This record gives sequence, structure tokens and C-alpha cells, in this order.
Amino acid sequence: MAWLRRNLVVIVGLLVMAYILMPNLVVTMFSFNKPNGRYNYEWTQFSLDAWLNPCASAGLCESLGLSLWVAVVAALVSTVMGTMAAFALGRYRFRGRAATNLLVFFPMATPEVVMGSSLLTLFIAMGIPSGQVTILIAHILFTVSFVVTTVKARVASLDPALEQAAADLYATPSQAFWKVTFPLVAPGIAAGALLAFALSFDDYIVTNFNAGATTVTFPMFVWGAAQRGTPVQINVVGTVMFFGALAIVGFGQLIGARLRIGSRRKEAL
Amino acid sequence: MATTRATPGDLKLVQLTRNFEDFVAVAGIDLVVPGGSFFALLGPSGCGKTTTLRMVAGLEEPTSGQILLGADDITGTRAYQRKVNTVFQSYALFPHLSVLDNVGFGLRQRKMGDWRRRAMEALELVKLADRAKQRPRQLSGGMQQRVALARAIVNEPDVLLLDEPLGALDLKLRREMQIELKRIQQEVGITFIHVTHDQEEAMTMADTVAVMRAGRLEQVGAPADLYDHPATTFVANFLGQSNLLPLEGFSDPGGEFVTAHAHGIGLVVERAQLPAGMVVTTQVAAVDSAVHLGIRPEKLRILGPNDPPSANRLGGLVTDASFNGVATTYLVSMPWGQELTVTRPNDGSPRAHRGDEVTLGWDPNQAFVLAEAD
Repeated sequence: MAWLRRNLVVIVGLLVMAYILMPNLVVTMFSFNKPNGRYNYEWTQFSLDAWLNPCASAGLCESLGLSLWVAVVAALVSTVMGTMAAFALGRYRFRGRAATNLLVFFPMATPEVVMGSSLLTLFIAMGIPSGQVTILIAHILFTVSFVVTTVKARVASLDPALEQAAADLYATPSQAFWKVTFPLVAPGIAAGALLAFALSFDDYIVTNFNAGATTVTFPMFVWGAAQRGTPVQINVVGTVMFFGALAIVGFGQLIGARLRIGSRRKEAL
Repeated sequence: MATTRATPGDLKLVQLTRNFEDFVAVAGIDLVVPGGSFFALLGPSGCGKTTTLRMVAGLEEPTSGQILLGADDITGTRAYQRKVNTVFQSYALFPHLSVLDNVGFGLRQRKMGDWRRRAMEALELVKLADRAKQRPRQLSGGMQQRVALARAIVNEPDVLLLDEPLGALDLKLRREMQIELKRIQQEVGITFIHVTHDQEEAMTMADTVAVMRAGRLEQVGAPADLYDHPATTFVANFLGQSNLLPLEGFSDPGGEFVTAHAHGIGLVVERAQLPAGMVVTTQVAAVDSAVHLGIRPEKLRILGPNDPPSANRLGGLVTDASFNGVATTYLVSMPWGQELTVTRPNDGSPRAHRGDEVTLGWDPNQAFVLAEAD
């Protein structure tokens, strides 16, 4: 009993982790499967077929490429726009500031179905044909809010005296920005950009409304494929993405630890 | 750092004014800060001292007036163009840079090739050379304060501005830093302008103290002058404590002393203690505005039976005696109801107690006259 009491937190933690990671493990396992028929739901036999021919499923690699392209462009544009907006909202008092703050919040609060359908209505009314451009506009619209929110929090926590100190130490306004403000806000900008990329990459609802007949992103491909059977290649892409993200996080932790150890070692000297 | 450098030029403020919408923060002050001096701007919060400092730094634009550094008019220049550096109240150290990079920031902005050596010298001056590689947040408050100081003086500015730099430190550390700052100022010979609301700090450190109140300069002078000859009741009360006796008039028997009349008692005042330009008639003349005789608590003595006779004598009743180790502070009630504060050092002389009838005395050259109504 005493042992249980001491380790309960760890046990519950591990159970939760297992619950969260289970789907990923299943996806990984079934990427090595060689299913009988079109559905990859039953384990039959180990195979590297899907890993060796990831583009064998028609349309998969095209949709993946499109999704990556859209996510990168949407993340870039919304990061630049959102960062500038966050500085304006965090630093200056101007007419319409409160209203802008509210408007920035709307895309996060609006149900995706509502946003997707109303955007489609707008595009049709304006005569813009659905396709890559409309997907990009829609993705930038809803990711920019998240960038603004993350960067604004960072800007707000910045001591305004820091920029004044830089000016006092002979830095012009642009030098003060690049040497002091930007490095301090950069973690917020990076977090906003990653968030924007992830949100854009896996969005289905808004995209589906605004994609048109022939433009297929990866989430749309997966959904469409699931109607007719699930190619093993989907599991391969899922596995690569999961372990890729894990590797990025691990790498970040490693660099952080290395820096911390380094500075501690210098202290000791 | 210790190399001899030309004494920087004087800093002159000419009718310097700053309004925030309809609030006047600084109301046209004229001030000359001599080059190489340790100058303190002293005043309660909201008196405009920090705004004045920020205008000198270039972080705040004056509404009108001029700022001259030596022969140059720097009023229209930006902060990064001025040979003025600031130690900020919050220190404003760059958290993403090491201590060395913080100190070297200004030098690198000005493309100094040997910035590393100079920055290390500045860190040695503030005794933090061994912390050069660390980040600011790994240092204690007092160390951060010294880094901020090193970061400013390493640029050898014409004027160094200190905005309440010791405000965040505890009392003991503050005393140490006061002495340290004074030592460094004498070593580098840069003009220091120190903004503070702590009168003791201003008097301890500065050669010249300017007392500010509501956007105006109340009085400028050496600490001892301000303390012994305050020009206004505000200065008399802001710099230490004062007992102010309202006067009914003066009479002038001629010679070194005049007689001031308070509550029907004649009090002897040295003529030199009168404010410049005050005319005293030979007759008992009623004074039109509220003129006061001011006596510092430590200048008042409690007269014992064996003491030599004093020119000034006031009888009263001790209503309170509080002992703090170094001294005892008494409240002595006068027949007209006013309570005078008396501070006596703990020097072995007999102490009075609550309820004692005592006679207070002071020297005619130890009281000051305030000719101004408040």
C-alpha cells in the first residue's frame, strides 16, 4: 500500500501516456502490415512494401506535397503578419485597438464549419475559383490569430526599458529591434509559426469547403481513401510525422540541456 | 578607465519644460550641472525628477526649452546620438546576453575594436570580472546593479544618469553601494546625475543637491548648505526634520545679533542666519507673511542645572521619550501647545523622562529663518 501511495502519480502518468500513445503505436505497427484486401485493419504479415514504395498509392504523395506547401506558406505569411500585428497591439495605443483584439480572437472561437461555409460563400460571391489560393487564404485567416496571441504574450512580458537601454547604448531603433527585442521575442514567434504549421497541415473542415473539386490536401486524401479502403502508405506517412515531431522535440531538449550544462561548466571555471 | 580624461563640459538646462497633455511634469527649470561633479536630483515621487533625467537621456522629448552639453545643443538629438548613458531603475540588463556582452554592447555599437578588453576593465572596476560569462539573471540584485553601472560607464559618457539605481536593494547593500558609487565617480571623473527620493542617499553621495517639487527647482546647493540653510519650509521638512516656530516680528539692537519674537518670547538669532535680502527694522516690526524660525532637533539641548547659560531658553513638558540606541528623541510640549522634537545623542548625559519639566536651549548660529509662507 505504501509503495502504491508513493508511486501513484507515476503509475497514473504512465497509464495516461499509454492511452495517448496507443493510436500512434498501432499506426506504426500497421505500417509494416501486408493486408489482404483494401482495408488495413487486421494484422496479417510483416512487410516493408509500403515503406519501400511510399508513393505507390495513387495521389498520396501529391496530396502530401500540397499539404506541406500550403502549411509552409500559410505559416510563413501568418507568422510575419501576426508578429507585426502582435507588436502593434502589444506596444501602441491607437483607435480601434480593443476592436482589433476582439476580431483577432474571433477565428479561434468560430466553429470551423461556420468559418468554412461562410468563406466559401464569400469566395463564390467574389468570383474567386476554389483551389490552392482559396485554401491558402483560409489557412492564413485562422492561423494568424494563433500567432498574434502567442507573440503578443511574449511582447507584453518584455520590459520596455530594455529597448530604451539599447537606444541609450547607441543603438538606432532598427538595431535595437534586431539585437534586443527580436531575440527576446523569437521563442514566441517560433512557437506561433510551429502552431500555424501544425494547424494548417491537419485542417480538414475549412479546407474541404474551400478546396474545389480537384485540389486534394493530405487530410482530404486520408478521408477520401478511408471510404474506399486504407492504403498502408497512410500509416507510413503518419509514422514518419509522429517520429519526426518526436525527433524535433528531443533535439530541442538536447540543445537546451547542452546550453545549460555549458553555462554551468563555465560558472565552475 | 583610470586614464586621465578631459573634464567633461557642463550640462545646462534652459527653461526645460515637459507637459503630458494638461499635466505639467517639468515647469521650465534652469540648471547648470558642473562637469565632473556628483549631482543629485532629489524630490518626492511625481516631482518631475525622472522626467528631467529622461529628457537629458533623450528618452523623453521636451515640450520646450534647451539641453546643452558643453557647447553643443543636444535638445533635438536622439538617445543613441547622445554621449549620455543611463543606469536604469530596473537595470534593464539584456537577459539573452552574457554579462560581458551586456557591458560591451555600447562599445560594439560604436565599433570599438578592443571592446572585450575595455569591458573586462569595467567589470574589474565593479569587481565582477569573474562573472563575465554568466547571464544577468544568475546574479544577485546588487551584482546586477553593478553590471548596469559598468555597462554605462564603460562608454565613458560625458554624463552618467542614475535613475534611483539603489531603490531595489536592501538597506545594508544600499549603504555599501552608495560608498562604491562615490568611489567609482571619483575614479572615472564622469559627471554623475543621480535621481532619488531618499534625502539621506542624496546628501551622502552628492557634491550638489537640487531639490525638486511639483516640476520646479526648490533649492540647489551643497548638502550641508541645504540642511543648515533651507530656503523654504518644503526643503526644511524634506531634508530631515525641523521645528518651525512662527514669528511675530523682529527687533534689531544692532551688532551681530537680531531678536526674533515668538509667542512673546525674544529669541536671539545670528544676523548671518537671516535669508539674504531680509530687512529687519530697529523697532519691533510685525512681519506680514508667515515667517518661521527653524531649529533642527539635534541642535536643541535640554539644559541641566550645571550647563552654561544659553542665549535662547524655552520651557516645556516632556510628553514622549523614545530611545533608539544611538539617540533619544523627545517631544517637548510648549505652553502654546506646539510640540518640539529634540534629539539627544546617547553620550552619557542624563536622560529626561516623560512628564519632566525641561528647559530647551540652542546657539544663535544654529537656527535658520524662513521668510516664505507655505
